[in-house]
Amino acid sequence: MNKVVKNAKEAIKGMRDGQTFMLGGFGLCGIPENTINALVESGLTNLTCISNNAGVDDFGLGLLLKKHQIKKMISSYVGENKEFERQLLSGELEVDLVPQGTLAERIRAGGAGIPAFYVPAGYGTEVGEGKESREFNGKMYLLEYGLTADFAVVKAWKGDTMGNLIYRETANNFNQPMAMAGKITIAEVEILVPAGELNPNEIHTPGIFVQRIFQGTNYEKRIEFETVRES
Amino acid sequence: MSLDKNGIAKRIAQELKDGYYVNLGIGIPTLVANFVPENIEVILQSENGLLGIGPFPEKGKADPDLINAGKQTVTTIPGSAFFDSSLSFAMIRGGHIDLTVLGAFEVTDKGDISSWKIPGKMVKGMGGAMDLVAAAKNIIVATTHTDRHGKPKLKTKCDLPLTGINCVKKIVSDLAVIDVTDKGFKLVERAPGVSVEEILEKTGAPVIVEGDIPEMKL
Repeated sequence: MNKVVKNAKEAIKGMRDGQTFMLGGFGLCGIPENTINALVESGLTNLTCISNNAGVDDFGLGLLLKKHQIKKMISSYVGENKEFERQLLSGELEVDLVPQGTLAERIRAGGAGIPAFYVPAGYGTEVGEGKESREFNGKMYLLEYGLTADFAVVKAWKGDTMGNLIYRETANNFNQPMAMAGKITIAEVEILVPAGELNPNEIHTPGIFVQRIFQGTNYEKRIEFETVRES
Repeated sequence: MSLDKNGIAKRIAQELKDGYYVNLGIGIPTLVANFVPENIEVILQSENGLLGIGPFPEKGKADPDLINAGKQTVTTIPGSAFFDSSLSFAMIRGGHIDLTVLGAFEVTDKGDISSWKIPGKMVKGMGGAMDLVAAAKNIIVATTHTDRHGKPKLKTKCDLPLTGINCVKKIVSDLAVIDVTDKGFKLVERAPGVSVEEILEKTGAPVIVEGDIPEMKL
């Protein structure tokens, strides 16, 4: 079984205007840089994007926003992108803000075949408006729904030709749950090895969740806030 | 005299207990890490997927794959663990975090908090704040007692969109330590040199004052 494609352009083949895609990463950490660039070049529009953050103005998801390729975002925190805030306040962009833990669990649940579940986050706030609520053991919970997408795009550190993935440090974040939730999951990796070379004990995402994999190039790995110790 | 940011953080650090797993929010809460008493061990959780946050890296050693929830570069401590976002919030939602410290725009005497949105002005999103306040066993708010215009941030009702309800247990401000009880705000300590009268005057809700109120020991 070989799931390897040549590059990001080949990986997004078949993606159409108006589809929903998930994009892994937290801030700029662990984002699939190669596939984002391919999406910008593709000119696809009217897309719905599920991503914890929205990149910054000139990097990451910000590049897709600048070209107005995104119709709707489902995110938890979008604070680092001025163009995003402008499009949101002017009504050009539709945004569904979801508490971060609820977003992560909706994605995990979607990938795990769980259509809905209850969480306490957001009860009594505007997030809970119009949602079903229910009391368990004296505490109130909101009904939240699982999320899936036409495509899930994730970034891993190492991967093999069968689609098994290992993430590095905090670059795991939303990549692992999203890998489960795509009808087609695309994984771009820094290091691609033949099946059998990764230690099965260390695999985070088993290959069954991944349909297309390729080794990315020219990773910039931009740091959002470089903070160092005072000497 | 009212406390500065570091003073607030120092007082909150006195609430830490040996073996606590703690989530610190962005801003003043992050400073609490600098004042952990030497005789206790506290493990810091970062909701983007790290248990055991270490100090900021040395110059030139920042790793783009290793950040905290504020997207700052950090390091790990011996015994750290990495995990994905859904597992991270299982720790939070499942009640495994002993203490959460976060900032606020407003806090009420019922323990309601607003901290994430100013309609028409700031729409950054709630991030993990709603998950944290809905689930943490113990929530301390670190804040100035009044806003930039001198208006009370401790009130009977939040005017801004809520982050959570009935959840804040304690407030440490630049003027006072106040518990949120079933009967409302209760004054516990005053900042050095700050009078009970000043605290009452700058609080936008009734405050229970019982007996002599001691000064904070910092």
